[in-house]
Amino acid sequence: MTQPILKLEGIEKSFGRNNVLRGVDIDVAPGQSLVVIGGSGSGKSVMLKVALGLMTPTAGKVLFDGHDVTSSTGKTRESMRARVGMLFQAGALFDSLTVWENVAFRLINADGVKRRDARERAIETLKKVRLGSEVAGLYPAEISGGMQKRVSLARSIISEPDLIFFDEPTTGLDPITADAINDLIIEQVRGLGAATVTITHDMSSARKIADEVAMLFEGRIIWRGKANDVDHSGNEYVDQFVHGRAEGPIQPAI
Amino acid sequence: MSNVSTHKSGFPNPLRWIGASVLGFFAEIGRLSTFAGRVTFAAFTPRWFWGEIGRQIIRIGFYSFPVVGMSAVFIGAALALNIYTGGSRYGAEQFVPNIVVLGITRELGAVITGLMLAGRVSAGISAEIGAMRVTEQIDALETLSASPYRYLYAPRFLAALITLPMLVAAANIIGVMGGWLVSVYSLDFDSTTYLRNTLDFVTRDDIMVGLIKAVVFGGVIAVMGCYQGDRSQAGATGVGRAATLSMVGAAVLVLATNFILSNLFVEIGL
Repeated sequence: MTQPILKLEGIEKSFGRNNVLRGVDIDVAPGQSLVVIGGSGSGKSVMLKVALGLMTPTAGKVLFDGHDVTSSTGKTRESMRARVGMLFQAGALFDSLTVWENVAFRLINADGVKRRDARERAIETLKKVRLGSEVAGLYPAEISGGMQKRVSLARSIISEPDLIFFDEPTTGLDPITADAINDLIIEQVRGLGAATVTITHDMSSARKIADEVAMLFEGRIIWRGKANDVDHSGNEYVDQFVHGRAEGPIQPAI
Repeated sequence: MSNVSTHKSGFPNPLRWIGASVLGFFAEIGRLSTFAGRVTFAAFTPRWFWGEIGRQIIRIGFYSFPVVGMSAVFIGAALALNIYTGGSRYGAEQFVPNIVVLGITRELGAVITGLMLAGRVSAGISAEIGAMRVTEQIDALETLSASPYRYLYAPRFLAALITLPMLVAAANIIGVMGGWLVSVYSLDFDSTTYLRNTLDFVTRDDIMVGLIKAVVFGGVIAVMGCYQGDRSQAGATGVGRAATLSMVGAAVLVLATNFILSNLFVEIGL
Protein backbone atom coordinates (compact mmCIF):
# COMPACT_ATOMS: atom_id res chain seq x y z
CA MET A 1 0.00 0.00 0.00
CA THR A 2 1.25 3.48 -0.86
CA GLN A 3 2.43 5.50 2.11
CA PRO A 4 0.01 8.37 2.82
CA ILE A 5 1.38 11.85 2.15
CA LEU A 6 -0.56 13.01 5.22
CA LYS A 7 -1.86 11.02 8.15
CA LEU A 8 -3.61 12.29 11.27
CA GLU A 9 -3.65 9.81 14.15
CA GLY A 10 -5.97 10.31 17.11
CA ILE A 11 -5.86 14.09 16.86
CA GLU A 12 -7.48 15.88 19.76
CA LYS A 13 -7.64 19.63 20.21
CA SER A 14 -9.23 21.50 23.09
CA PHE A 15 -9.65 25.19 23.84
CA GLY A 16 -10.19 25.35 27.58
CA ARG A 17 -13.10 23.04 28.26
CA ASN A 18 -14.21 23.05 24.63
CA ASN A 19 -13.07 19.79 22.99
CA VAL A 20 -13.17 20.65 19.30
CA LEU A 21 -11.40 17.57 17.94
CA ARG A 22 -11.92 14.30 19.83
CA GLY A 23 -9.74 11.79 18.04
CA VAL A 24 -9.52 12.45 14.32
CA ASP A 25 -7.99 9.63 12.26
CA ILE A 26 -7.62 10.32 8.58
CA ASP A 27 -5.06 9.91 5.81
CA VAL A 28 -4.55 11.06 2.24
CA ALA A 29 -2.64 9.12 -0.41
CA PRO A 30 -0.38 10.91 -2.93
CA GLY A 31 -2.46 12.32 -5.78
CA GLN A 32 -5.73 11.69 -3.95
CA SER A 33 -8.42 14.34 -3.53
CA LEU A 34 -10.09 14.08 -0.14
CA VAL A 35 -12.96 16.38 0.78
CA VAL A 36 -13.91 16.75 4.42
CA ILE A 37 -17.48 17.90 4.93
CA GLY A 38 -19.12 18.97 8.14
CA GLY A 39 -21.36 21.63 9.60
CA SER A 40 -20.35 24.96 11.02
CA GLY A 41 -18.37 24.51 14.23
CA SER A 42 -17.62 20.84 13.57
CA GLY A 43 -13.86 21.47 13.77
CA LYS A 44 -12.95 21.39 10.07
CA SER A 45 -10.81 24.53 10.13
CA VAL A 46 -9.10 23.48 13.38
CA MET A 47 -8.28 20.10 11.81
CA LEU A 48 -6.74 21.87 8.83
CA LYS A 49 -4.67 24.18 11.05
CA VAL A 50 -3.41 21.22 13.07
CA ALA A 51 -2.46 19.40 9.85
CA LEU A 52 -0.62 22.51 8.63
CA GLY A 53 1.23 22.95 11.90
CA LEU A 54 -0.45 26.26 12.66
CA MET A 55 -1.88 24.72 15.82
CA THR A 56 -0.39 22.07 18.10
CA PRO A 57 -2.83 19.27 18.93
CA THR A 58 -3.67 18.46 22.53
CA ALA A 59 -3.07 14.77 21.69
CA GLY A 60 -2.33 12.67 18.64
CA LYS A 61 0.17 12.70 15.79
CA VAL A 62 0.53 14.43 12.42
CA LEU A 63 2.60 12.39 9.96
CA PHE A 64 3.76 14.01 6.73
CA ASP A 65 5.21 11.58 4.20
CA GLY A 66 5.86 9.15 7.07
CA HIS A 67 7.61 11.69 9.32
CA ASP A 68 6.14 12.85 12.60
CA VAL A 69 5.76 16.64 12.27
CA THR A 70 3.36 17.14 15.17
CA SER A 71 5.57 19.49 17.15
CA SER A 72 8.37 19.99 14.65
CA THR A 73 10.08 23.34 14.28
CA GLY A 74 12.90 24.82 12.25
CA LYS A 75 14.16 22.97 9.19
CA THR A 76 11.86 19.96 9.61
CA ARG A 77 8.83 22.22 9.59
CA GLU A 78 10.20 24.29 6.71
CA SER A 79 10.93 21.23 4.60
CA MET A 80 7.33 20.12 5.10
CA ARG A 81 5.91 23.53 4.28
CA ALA A 82 8.01 23.74 1.14
CA ARG A 83 5.97 20.79 -0.14
CA VAL A 84 2.58 22.10 0.94
CA GLY A 85 0.24 24.70 -0.55
CA MET A 86 -2.76 26.32 1.07
CA LEU A 87 -5.74 28.24 -0.22
CA PHE A 88 -7.37 30.13 2.64
CA GLN A 89 -11.11 30.70 2.85
CA ALA A 90 -10.93 34.46 2.27
CA GLY A 91 -7.80 34.26 0.16
CA ALA A 92 -5.52 35.74 2.87
CA LEU A 93 -3.69 37.77 0.25
CA PHE A 94 -1.25 40.32 1.64
CA ASP A 95 -2.88 43.76 1.27
CA SER A 96 0.40 45.63 1.02
CA LEU A 97 1.76 43.54 -1.86
CA THR A 98 0.71 43.46 -5.50
CA VAL A 99 -0.91 40.41 -7.03
CA TRP A 100 2.31 39.11 -8.55
CA GLU A 101 4.24 39.71 -5.30
CA ASN A 102 1.58 37.68 -3.48
CA VAL A 103 1.84 34.83 -5.96
CA ALA A 104 5.64 34.88 -5.93
CA PHE A 105 5.96 35.40 -2.17
CA ARG A 106 7.43 32.00 -1.42
CA LEU A 107 9.80 32.15 -4.38
CA ILE A 108 11.22 35.52 -3.32
CA ASN A 109 11.21 35.14 0.45
CA ALA A 110 11.85 31.45 1.03
CA ASP A 111 13.40 30.04 -2.15
CA GLY A 112 15.70 33.00 -2.92
CA VAL A 113 14.49 33.44 -6.52
CA LYS A 114 15.38 36.84 -8.04
CA ARG A 115 12.46 39.26 -8.28
CA ARG A 116 12.57 39.46 -12.08
CA ASP A 117 12.47 35.67 -12.46
CA ALA A 118 9.85 35.36 -9.72
CA ARG A 119 7.65 37.92 -11.51
CA GLU A 120 7.84 35.93 -14.75
CA ARG A 121 6.89 32.71 -12.96
CA ALA A 122 4.07 34.49 -11.13
CA ILE A 123 2.63 35.78 -14.41
CA GLU A 124 2.89 32.28 -15.95
CA THR A 125 1.05 30.85 -12.95
CA LEU A 126 -1.59 33.58 -13.10
CA LYS A 127 -2.25 32.53 -16.72
CA LYS A 128 -2.90 28.98 -15.48
CA VAL A 129 -5.75 30.31 -13.35
CA ARG A 130 -7.05 32.41 -16.27
CA LEU A 131 -5.74 35.76 -15.09
CA GLY A 132 -3.89 38.03 -17.49
CA SER A 133 -0.65 39.88 -16.87
CA GLU A 134 -2.60 43.15 -16.54
CA VAL A 135 -3.74 41.94 -13.10
CA ALA A 136 -0.19 41.34 -11.88
CA GLY A 137 0.50 44.92 -10.81
CA LEU A 138 -2.83 45.46 -9.04
CA TYR A 139 -3.35 45.21 -5.28
CA PRO A 140 -5.74 42.60 -3.83
CA ALA A 141 -8.26 45.32 -2.88
CA GLU A 142 -8.50 46.28 -6.57
CA ILE A 143 -9.75 42.89 -7.79
CA SER A 144 -12.99 40.94 -7.25
CA GLY A 145 -13.53 38.14 -4.74
CA GLY A 146 -13.43 35.50 -7.49
CA MET A 147 -10.17 36.91 -8.83
CA GLN A 148 -8.73 36.94 -5.31
CA LYS A 149 -9.52 33.22 -5.02
CA ARG A 150 -7.73 32.60 -8.32
CA VAL A 151 -4.72 34.59 -7.13
CA SER A 152 -4.71 32.61 -3.91
CA LEU A 153 -4.92 29.39 -5.95
CA ALA A 154 -1.99 30.58 -8.06
CA ARG A 155 -0.01 31.29 -4.88
CA SER A 156 -0.75 27.80 -3.57
CA ILE A 157 0.42 25.99 -6.74
CA ILE A 158 3.38 28.12 -7.87
CA SER A 159 5.94 26.04 -5.99
CA GLU A 160 4.40 22.78 -7.32
CA PRO A 161 3.58 21.26 -3.90
CA ASP A 162 2.86 17.61 -3.19
CA LEU A 163 -0.09 18.43 -0.96
CA ILE A 164 -2.56 21.32 -1.17
CA PHE A 165 -5.14 22.30 1.43
CA PHE A 166 -8.28 24.13 0.34
CA ASP A 167 -10.33 25.85 3.04
CA GLU A 168 -13.84 26.48 1.73
CA PRO A 169 -12.59 27.33 -1.77
CA THR A 170 -16.02 28.34 -3.12
CA THR A 171 -17.49 30.12 -0.11
CA GLY A 172 -18.81 33.58 -0.92
CA LEU A 173 -18.72 33.08 -4.69
CA ASP A 174 -21.66 33.00 -7.09
CA PRO A 175 -22.44 29.50 -8.50
CA ILE A 176 -20.81 30.17 -11.87
CA THR A 177 -17.59 31.55 -10.39
CA ALA A 178 -17.60 28.74 -7.81
CA ASP A 179 -17.84 26.16 -10.58
CA ALA A 180 -15.02 27.87 -12.47
CA ILE A 181 -12.86 27.69 -9.32
CA ASN A 182 -13.71 23.98 -8.96
CA ASP A 183 -12.66 23.40 -12.58
CA LEU A 184 -9.40 25.25 -12.01
CA ILE A 185 -8.68 23.25 -8.87
CA ILE A 186 -9.26 19.97 -10.70
CA GLU A 187 -7.23 21.06 -13.74
CA GLN A 188 -4.28 22.41 -11.79
CA VAL A 189 -4.17 19.68 -9.16
CA ARG A 190 -4.30 16.95 -11.81
CA GLY A 191 -1.59 18.75 -13.70
CA LEU A 192 0.64 18.74 -10.62
CA GLY A 193 -0.35 15.27 -9.44
CA ALA A 194 -0.70 16.69 -5.95
CA ALA A 195 -2.83 15.30 -3.15
CA THR A 196 -5.49 17.65 -1.84
CA VAL A 197 -7.47 18.04 1.34
CA THR A 198 -10.49 20.30 0.92
CA ILE A 199 -12.84 21.30 3.68
CA THR A 200 -16.20 22.58 2.60
CA HIS A 201 -19.92 22.46 3.21
CA ASP A 202 -20.63 23.15 -0.47
CA MET A 203 -21.84 19.73 -1.65
CA SER A 204 -21.74 20.58 -5.36
CA SER A 205 -18.07 21.48 -4.92
CA ALA A 206 -17.43 18.31 -2.90
CA ARG A 207 -19.07 16.08 -5.52
CA LYS A 208 -17.07 17.68 -8.28
CA ILE A 209 -13.55 17.69 -6.87
CA ALA A 210 -13.50 14.70 -4.49
CA ASP A 211 -12.15 11.21 -4.99
CA GLU A 212 -13.23 10.46 -1.45
CA VAL A 213 -15.43 12.27 1.04
CA ALA A 214 -15.17 12.15 4.83
CA MET A 215 -17.58 13.66 7.28
CA LEU A 216 -16.46 15.35 10.48
CA PHE A 217 -19.04 15.53 13.24
CA GLU A 218 -18.50 16.52 16.85
CA GLY A 219 -14.73 16.29 16.47
CA ARG A 220 -14.57 12.82 14.88
CA ILE A 221 -14.62 11.38 11.38
CA ILE A 222 -17.93 9.53 11.36
CA TRP A 223 -17.96 8.37 7.73
CA ARG A 224 -15.57 8.07 4.81
CA GLY A 225 -16.24 6.70 1.36
CA LYS A 226 -16.00 7.20 -2.37
CA ALA A 227 -17.42 10.48 -3.68
CA ASN A 228 -19.95 8.47 -5.73
CA ASP A 229 -21.28 6.85 -2.54
CA VAL A 230 -21.95 10.05 -0.62
CA ASP A 231 -25.60 10.22 -1.73
CA HIS A 232 -26.32 6.66 -0.53
CA SER A 233 -23.91 6.32 2.36
CA GLY A 234 -26.32 4.57 4.70
CA ASN A 235 -25.22 7.03 7.40
CA GLU A 236 -28.09 9.15 8.70
CA TYR A 237 -25.76 12.04 9.61
CA VAL A 238 -24.25 12.12 6.11
CA ASP A 239 -27.69 11.79 4.52
CA GLN A 240 -29.04 14.73 6.50
CA PHE A 241 -26.00 16.87 5.66
CA VAL A 242 -25.77 16.14 1.92
CA HIS A 243 -29.49 16.66 1.45
CA GLY A 244 -29.49 19.79 3.57
CA ARG A 245 -32.35 18.80 5.85
CA ALA A 246 -33.00 20.71 9.07
CA GLU A 247 -34.55 17.60 10.64
CA GLY A 248 -32.36 14.67 11.63
CA PRO A 249 -29.71 13.73 14.18
CA ILE A 250 -27.64 16.89 13.52
CA GLN A 251 -29.00 19.93 15.31
CA PRO A 252 -28.79 23.14 13.24
CA ALA A 253 -26.10 25.51 14.54
CA ILE A 254 -28.52 28.33 15.45
CA MET B 1 -14.16 36.90 34.42
CA SER B 2 -15.81 33.62 33.55
CA ASN B 3 -13.40 31.33 35.36
CA VAL B 4 -13.81 33.03 38.74
CA SER B 5 -16.20 31.18 41.01
CA THR B 6 -19.04 32.99 42.69
CA HIS B 7 -20.55 32.95 46.15
CA LYS B 8 -24.01 31.55 46.61
CA SER B 9 -25.13 35.19 46.62
CA GLY B 10 -23.97 35.48 43.00
CA PHE B 11 -21.11 37.88 43.76
CA PRO B 12 -17.57 36.82 42.82
CA ASN B 13 -15.48 35.38 45.62
CA PRO B 14 -13.16 38.38 46.27
CA LEU B 15 -10.14 36.27 47.24
CA ARG B 16 -10.44 34.12 44.13
CA TRP B 17 -10.97 37.22 42.03
CA ILE B 18 -7.83 38.85 43.43
CA GLY B 19 -5.86 35.62 43.01
CA ALA B 20 -7.03 35.14 39.43
CA SER B 21 -6.23 38.77 38.61
CA VAL B 22 -2.72 38.55 40.06
CA LEU B 23 -2.03 35.27 38.26
CA GLY B 24 -3.47 36.71 35.06
CA PHE B 25 -1.24 39.77 35.38
CA PHE B 26 1.92 37.71 35.80
CA ALA B 27 0.89 35.37 32.99
CA GLU B 28 0.49 38.41 30.73
CA ILE B 29 3.90 39.74 31.77
CA GLY B 30 5.37 36.31 30.98
CA ARG B 31 3.74 36.17 27.54
CA LEU B 32 4.81 39.73 26.73
CA SER B 33 8.39 39.05 27.89
CA THR B 34 8.60 35.87 25.81
CA PHE B 35 7.21 37.70 22.80
CA ALA B 36 9.67 40.58 23.28
CA GLY B 37 12.54 38.08 23.54
CA ARG B 38 11.53 36.36 20.30
CA VAL B 39 11.18 39.70 18.49
CA THR B 40 14.59 40.86 19.76
CA PHE B 41 16.21 37.58 18.69
CA ALA B 42 14.62 37.83 15.24
CA ALA B 43 15.71 41.47 14.94
CA PHE B 44 19.40 40.81 15.64
CA THR B 45 19.93 37.52 13.80
CA PRO B 46 19.69 36.83 10.06
CA ARG B 47 17.65 36.82 7.95
CA TRP B 48 16.67 40.49 7.55
CA PHE B 49 13.97 41.74 5.20
CA TRP B 50 15.62 45.03 4.20
CA GLY B 51 12.75 46.20 2.03
CA GLU B 52 10.33 45.83 4.94
CA ILE B 53 12.75 47.57 7.33
CA GLY B 54 13.05 50.49 4.89
CA ARG B 55 9.27 50.75 4.49
CA GLN B 56 8.80 50.77 8.27
CA ILE B 57 11.49 53.42 8.78
CA ILE B 58 9.54 55.68 6.45
CA ARG B 59 6.18 54.86 8.05
CA ILE B 60 7.33 55.11 11.67
CA GLY B 61 9.98 57.80 11.33
CA PHE B 62 9.27 60.06 8.39
CA TYR B 63 5.47 60.17 8.72
CA SER B 64 5.67 60.78 12.47
CA PHE B 65 7.90 63.82 12.08
CA PRO B 66 5.09 66.42 11.65
CA VAL B 67 3.18 65.34 14.76
CA VAL B 68 6.36 65.11 16.84
CA GLY B 69 7.55 68.51 15.61
CA MET B 70 4.21 70.18 16.33
CA SER B 71 4.06 68.67 19.81
CA ALA B 72 7.64 69.66 20.60
CA VAL B 73 7.27 73.29 19.57
CA PHE B 74 4.20 73.77 21.76
CA ILE B 75 5.71 71.93 24.72
CA GLY B 76 8.89 74.01 24.48
CA ALA B 77 6.88 77.23 24.27
CA ALA B 78 4.61 76.32 27.18
CA LEU B 79 7.60 75.21 29.25
CA ALA B 80 9.32 78.56 28.73
CA LEU B 81 6.20 80.46 29.80
CA ASN B 82 5.76 78.37 32.94
CA ILE B 83 9.42 78.60 33.93
CA TYR B 84 9.30 82.33 33.39
CA THR B 85 6.21 82.61 35.61
CA GLY B 86 7.75 80.48 38.35
CA GLY B 87 11.20 81.99 38.04
CA SER B 88 9.90 85.56 38.26
CA ARG B 89 8.70 84.85 41.81
CA TYR B 90 12.36 84.54 42.86
CA GLY B 91 13.83 86.91 40.32
CA ALA B 92 15.26 83.94 38.40
CA GLU B 93 13.76 84.63 34.96
CA GLN B 94 17.21 84.48 33.38
CA PHE B 95 17.29 80.69 33.91
CA VAL B 96 14.51 80.10 31.37
CA PRO B 97 16.88 78.97 28.55
CA ASN B 98 18.83 76.69 30.92
CA ILE B 99 15.79 74.93 32.33
CA VAL B 100 14.04 74.70 28.95
CA VAL B 101 16.99 72.97 27.32
CA LEU B 102 17.54 70.70 30.33
CA GLY B 103 13.86 69.73 30.54
CA ILE B 104 13.54 69.15 26.82
CA THR B 105 16.74 67.16 26.24
CA ARG B 106 16.67 64.99 29.37
CA GLU B 107 12.94 64.47 29.68
CA LEU B 108 10.25 66.06 27.57
CA GLY B 109 11.69 65.56 24.10
CA ALA B 110 11.87 61.80 24.61
CA VAL B 111 8.67 61.47 26.63
CA ILE B 112 6.52 63.56 24.29
CA THR B 113 7.88 61.70 21.27
CA GLY B 114 7.30 58.38 23.03
CA LEU B 115 3.74 59.26 23.97
CA MET B 116 2.86 60.60 20.52
CA LEU B 117 4.25 57.47 18.90
CA ALA B 118 2.47 55.25 21.42
CA GLY B 119 -0.71 56.69 19.96
CA ARG B 120 0.23 57.00 16.32
CA VAL B 121 2.60 54.08 15.77
CA SER B 122 1.84 51.45 18.40
CA ALA B 123 -1.91 51.58 17.77
CA GLY B 124 -1.31 51.61 14.01
CA ILE B 125 0.98 48.58 14.14
CA SER B 126 -1.49 46.77 16.37
CA ALA B 127 -4.47 47.49 14.10
CA GLU B 128 -2.53 46.44 10.99
CA ILE B 129 -1.21 43.21 12.49
CA GLY B 130 -4.55 42.51 14.16
CA ALA B 131 -6.31 42.82 10.80
CA MET B 132 -3.71 40.49 9.29
CA ARG B 133 -4.26 38.01 12.12
CA VAL B 134 -8.05 37.91 11.75
CA THR B 135 -7.91 37.66 7.94
CA GLU B 136 -5.46 34.73 8.24
CA GLN B 137 -2.65 36.64 6.53
CA ILE B 138 -0.29 35.72 9.38
CA ASP B 139 -1.23 32.04 9.00
CA ALA B 140 -0.61 32.45 5.27
CA LEU B 141 2.86 33.89 6.00
CA GLU B 142 3.73 30.81 8.06
CA THR B 143 2.50 28.40 5.39
CA LEU B 144 4.70 30.28 2.91
CA SER B 145 7.74 29.62 5.12
CA ALA B 146 8.05 33.22 6.32
CA SER B 147 8.21 33.71 10.07
CA PRO B 148 5.98 36.59 11.18
CA TYR B 149 8.66 37.39 13.75
CA ARG B 150 11.22 38.01 11.00
CA TYR B 151 8.94 39.38 8.28
CA LEU B 152 6.50 41.51 10.32
CA TYR B 153 7.68 42.17 13.86
CA ALA B 154 11.46 42.50 13.59
CA PRO B 155 11.33 45.15 10.82
CA ARG B 156 8.94 47.28 12.89
CA PHE B 157 11.07 46.80 16.00
CA LEU B 158 14.30 47.74 14.21
CA ALA B 159 12.66 50.69 12.47
CA ALA B 160 11.42 52.02 15.82
CA LEU B 161 14.87 51.56 17.41
CA ILE B 162 16.48 53.48 14.54
CA THR B 163 13.94 56.27 14.07
CA LEU B 164 13.01 57.14 17.67
CA PRO B 165 16.42 58.67 18.48
CA MET B 166 16.23 60.69 15.25
CA LEU B 167 12.76 61.92 16.10
CA VAL B 168 13.83 62.75 19.65
CA ALA B 169 16.86 64.65 18.38
CA ALA B 170 14.53 66.64 16.11
CA ALA B 171 12.03 67.13 18.97
CA ASN B 172 14.85 68.44 21.18
CA ILE B 173 15.88 71.05 18.62
CA ILE B 174 12.29 72.05 17.81
CA GLY B 175 11.30 72.11 21.49
CA VAL B 176 14.20 74.39 22.37
CA MET B 177 13.27 76.61 19.43
CA GLY B 178 9.69 76.74 20.74
CA GLY B 179 11.01 78.06 24.03
CA TRP B 180 13.25 80.51 22.18
CA LEU B 181 10.33 81.80 20.07
CA VAL B 182 8.18 82.56 23.11
CA SER B 183 11.07 83.95 25.10
CA VAL B 184 12.24 86.31 22.37
CA TYR B 185 8.89 87.39 20.91
CA SER B 186 6.73 87.35 24.05
CA LEU B 187 9.03 87.59 27.08
CA ASP B 188 11.52 90.11 25.63
CA PHE B 189 14.63 87.93 25.92
CA ASP B 190 17.59 88.81 23.75
CA SER B 191 17.83 86.21 21.00
CA THR B 192 21.61 85.87 20.97
CA THR B 193 21.88 85.68 24.76
CA TYR B 194 19.12 83.07 24.94
CA LEU B 195 20.80 80.84 22.39
CA ARG B 196 24.27 81.29 23.91
CA ASN B 197 22.93 80.38 27.38
CA THR B 198 21.21 77.33 25.91
CA LEU B 199 24.32 76.04 24.14
CA ASP B 200 26.62 76.81 27.08
CA PHE B 201 24.38 75.03 29.56
CA VAL B 202 23.44 71.81 27.72
CA THR B 203 25.96 68.95 27.97
CA ARG B 204 26.62 65.89 25.87
CA ASP B 205 25.31 63.76 28.75
CA ASP B 206 21.96 65.59 28.71
CA ILE B 207 21.57 64.81 25.03
CA MET B 208 22.68 61.19 25.51
CA VAL B 209 20.11 60.68 28.28
CA GLY B 210 17.29 61.63 25.90
CA LEU B 211 18.63 59.51 23.06
CA ILE B 212 19.10 56.40 25.24
CA LYS B 213 15.53 56.79 26.46
CA ALA B 214 14.42 57.12 22.84
CA VAL B 215 15.92 53.76 21.89
CA VAL B 216 14.18 52.06 24.82
CA PHE B 217 10.87 53.76 24.04
CA GLY B 218 11.18 52.68 20.43
CA GLY B 219 11.46 49.05 21.49
CA VAL B 220 8.56 49.35 23.92
CA ILE B 221 6.26 50.99 21.36
CA ALA B 222 6.99 48.46 18.59
CA VAL B 223 6.77 45.40 20.84
CA MET B 224 3.46 46.50 22.39
CA GLY B 225 1.96 47.16 18.96
CA CYS B 226 3.10 43.83 17.55
CA TYR B 227 2.13 41.88 20.69
CA GLN B 228 -1.41 43.20 20.93
CA GLY B 229 -1.92 42.85 17.17
CA ASP B 230 -0.67 39.27 17.25
CA ARG B 231 -3.12 38.42 20.04
CA SER B 232 -6.03 40.26 18.43
CA GLN B 233 -9.41 38.54 18.60
CA ALA B 234 -11.62 38.19 15.56
CA GLY B 235 -13.81 41.01 14.28
CA ALA B 236 -13.71 44.78 14.24
CA THR B 237 -14.18 44.86 18.03
CA GLY B 238 -11.17 42.59 18.55
CA VAL B 239 -8.92 44.67 16.32
CA GLY B 240 -10.15 47.91 17.90
CA ARG B 241 -9.53 46.52 21.38
CA ALA B 242 -6.02 45.44 20.38
CA ALA B 243 -5.26 48.96 19.11
CA THR B 244 -6.56 50.53 22.33
CA LEU B 245 -4.63 48.08 24.54
CA SER B 246 -1.42 48.65 22.64
CA MET B 247 -1.73 52.43 22.81
CA VAL B 248 -2.53 52.48 26.53
CA GLY B 249 0.06 49.81 27.31
CA ALA B 250 2.78 51.54 25.31
CA ALA B 251 2.00 54.93 26.88
CA VAL B 252 2.11 53.54 30.42
CA LEU B 253 5.30 51.60 29.70
CA VAL B 254 6.93 54.70 28.18
CA LEU B 255 6.21 56.64 31.37
CA ALA B 256 7.27 53.76 33.63
CA THR B 257 10.53 53.09 31.78
CA ASN B 258 11.17 56.83 31.69
CA PHE B 259 11.04 56.93 35.48
CA ILE B 260 13.24 53.84 35.82
CA LEU B 261 15.81 55.19 33.37
CA SER B 262 15.81 58.66 34.95
CA ASN B 263 16.43 57.04 38.31
CA LEU B 264 19.22 54.92 36.83
CA PHE B 265 20.87 57.93 35.22
CA VAL B 266 20.78 59.84 38.50
CA GLU B 267 22.36 56.85 40.25
CA ILE B 268 25.20 56.58 37.75
CA GLY B 269 25.66 60.32 37.51
CA LEU B 270 24.73 60.67 33.84
